[in-house]
Amino acid sequence: MVDKRLKRSAEASAYKKMEPEPVDNPKFPPVKDGASQYDLNSGKYLKVWQGPQHPGITGNMSLELVTTGDRIVECRTHVGYLHRGFEKLMERRKYIQCFPLVCRICVPEPDFNEYLFAAGAEELAGVEIPEKAVWLRTLTLEMARLTSFLMWIGGQIGAFGMGTIGQWTVTMRDYMLDRFEELTGGRIYHMYIIPGGVRADVPQGFFGRMEETLRKVERVMDDIELTMFHNAVFKKRAEGLGVIDPALVDVYGVTGPNARASGVRRDVRKDSPYLVYDQLDFSIVTDEKGDAYARAWVRYQEMRQSIDLIRQIMAKMPKGEKGGPFFEKLPNVLHWKIPAGQTYKRAECTRGEYGFFMVSDGSEYPRRVYVRGPSYSHAIALMEQIAVGANISDTAGLMVSLHTYPPEIER
Amino acid sequence: MKKEQELRIKRREQLSSIETELKLANKDIETGDASCFCDSRPEVIAPYRGILERFANWARAESLWILGFGTGCGAIELRPLMTSRFDMYRYGIQPRPTPRQAGVFVIGGYASVKTMKRIVRSYEQMQGPKFVLGLGSCTINGGMYWDSYNTINRLDYYIPVDVYIAGCMPRPEALLAGFNKLKAMIKAGQCDGMNQYAEHFDWYKANQKKIIKHWDMPDYNW
Amino acid sequence: MQDMADVQNRENLQNRENLQNQENLQNQENLQDMKKLQDMKKTADKISALKNRFEISFPRLENRDDLLFVIAAEQHAVPFITWLRDMESYTHLVFFTAVDFIEDGLFQLTYMLHNYQLHHDIAVLVMISRDEPVMESIHHLWPHAATYQQELFEMYGIEFPGSPRLYEDFALEGWQDIPPMRREFDTRAYSEETYFPRPGRKTFDTVEYMKEQLYPGEAESW
Repeated sequence: MVDKRLKRSAEASAYKKMEPEPVDNPKFPPVKDGASQYDLNSGKYLKVWQGPQHPGITGNMSLELVTTGDRIVECRTHVGYLHRGFEKLMERRKYIQCFPLVCRICVPEPDFNEYLFAAGAEELAGVEIPEKAVWLRTLTLEMARLTSFLMWIGGQIGAFGMGTIGQWTVTMRDYMLDRFEELTGGRIYHMYIIPGGVRADVPQGFFGRMEETLRKVERVMDDIELTMFHNAVFKKRAEGLGVIDPALVDVYGVTGPNARASGVRRDVRKDSPYLVYDQLDFSIVTDEKGDAYARAWVRYQEMRQSIDLIRQIMAKMPKGEKGGPFFEKLPNVLHWKIPAGQTYKRAECTRGEYGFFMVSDGSEYPRRVYVRGPSYSHAIALMEQIAVGANISDTAGLMVSLHTYPPEIER
Repeated sequence: MKKEQELRIKRREQLSSIETELKLANKDIETGDASCFCDSRPEVIAPYRGILERFANWARAESLWILGFGTGCGAIELRPLMTSRFDMYRYGIQPRPTPRQAGVFVIGGYASVKTMKRIVRSYEQMQGPKFVLGLGSCTINGGMYWDSYNTINRLDYYIPVDVYIAGCMPRPEALLAGFNKLKAMIKAGQCDGMNQYAEHFDWYKANQKKIIKHWDMPDYNW
Repeated sequence: MQDMADVQNRENLQNRENLQNQENLQNQENLQDMKKLQDMKKTADKISALKNRFEISFPRLENRDDLLFVIAAEQHAVPFITWLRDMESYTHLVFFTAVDFIEDGLFQLTYMLHNYQLHHDIAVLVMISRDEPVMESIHHLWPHAATYQQELFEMYGIEFPGSPRLYEDFALEGWQDIPPMRREFDTRAYSEETYFPRPGRKTFDTVEYMKEQLYPGEAESW
């Protein structure tokens, strides 16, 4: 029964799309090269800050909008409200002392930071980790993806006014956080993936409880499909909103579901496989339209994909004592000197391509750690490009549909 | 290095020539009428007496409306708090989009200098009596970012804080415990942040101006 | 008996077919991997053939199969990057950052480009002087490079003439000190001076603490 509903029904095209205003309407300023040409002193335009204290923005950043009537004419993103100077702080801490710091860079999915930092340090130091640790790392990453998507989908439809789904999904996310707490000891910041492997093995009965939680999540996802993707209001507002042309994908460095919803088949897990993704069976999800509805649909499908992957991992991973160790003994980590070198590791987080560029210089402190966040190009260059012409009331939905998150922009 | 400084000075001059000069509306008005304008100093407001104050405190404590401003990491644990599992609505707490309608300001986590300016502004725009909840260890002593060049170390030097909730991140249950403590303190009449701000206004402003160098607003805006 | 033999024969045939299919698949995958490696090697060879045209060299860094480090001279770096983008399909600018080698008096600018056909990365390293850090801008190749350049100016003081909005504040507001990511900037001293650290914090340097607690008497010999 579920499979039939997975196909987008013909109702999608039956609802009349809201026609966008024609560009050469004399009421609105002319558009040249994607930017509107207008005179701010003419009194027709209003500068509005969708500022940091606003319920309609993802996190703590602001948009400086110039609007005429209801329509946005120019958009500028301002970031920096969350700048903590991570990269400078990491130069002052030893490698192992950086771990509590590193997971706070990207707040909804902290495990990617831990994994990439650990993988980078291991590669520079030439450390091999045991197989069970690799499987456990993949499990943690997929759980993090699912948790992050659950929060996002509530935010997306909440930005269009329907708050019920947010209530459901954040509760489900809480059950997933319970599983995280069982496995790693912490709800949000896990500090579970460290150089050498992971910190602990799965507790007894974990797989059974995980399966229960996944079944609960699946029931909610069936409901979400009916109430969100077959919802007239969501369709009317999200279709045609913030269309990303496939030609813009490489020019603006768009990665992740934003690119896949425009038809570009790219996924770091398939293209440059890391951990055990080459042993798992999944396919890349794409859509053609490239608007907010398509992005929501792609992310919804990836949620289902994550659930399936978690089940596969739980079935295939080495378990128990026979599975081997989960940790590789390292030299005294407080005096761990990593030889000089440079490396770049990437992973597919829910927002796109996430990467850590690490430079070591033979001492106990990292020379440079640079975090490449996907929201860097999505929230600034891309947002300023595609927000032109959108409605003020749709800006929040547009921002959430790009799934930008400011902490990784200014670190 | 000199070149960067020159460039910075040039940039600041460019920006300041674009910004219009701040005209304070109550510039040459006598003291009596000056307080009617929204950029004059705050005043100490005496509480009611006796049973009226106890009733008012009870009302304030049972309907704490928080300002919807996710200032830092802490915003991630406010979501579970608002939804059905840890439901805070049953305590009478709900998020409000504007400072005019909010009574509690939950500062979630660290505050960078840029955010501090907006926190101060939002705090001053809230109507009294107002309370501040410092979430996480970053508000207490800088937490994990104690040696960062962009985050503050002690929140109570910039705005008066009533309750600190320790943790990184504190669980939603810890948040609810903090709210309960705040309620008990309000009912006992101990939360006087608004008057404290008005009494020690110069000290708070000096601390704020020490870190917020790009000061393009009146000293007090409410 | 004959039926049983037939069934067994059929099963044997099927098993052999399955094994052969698996082997074929494996061979195909191996061939694909081999082809990928060969393509990557071809790119490396093509690049080393351009040594004279763009004055590039290979640093003494470990290259992975899918990551290649190349040093380009300052004046030839942007033409080299344009050539990579247009002729060799390295169309994705992954990031653009800088590393401060203060002991050599150099900044190492790192441009990371990615090829989506070969799934190969090339890191173009450009060494520029620390005292007068200026580099040609690449905002005409990728629009989001302007953001990277804005950040580099703010954090390191590297100028990119012509880059849009280069001098506007990116993450810091009202910053008056030297660019903070430079290694001569001491963030701890700045934080202790500007933001009021809460007294009573003892710095537990973990190394010293461990030495005292776990290895008393031995630690002095380390």
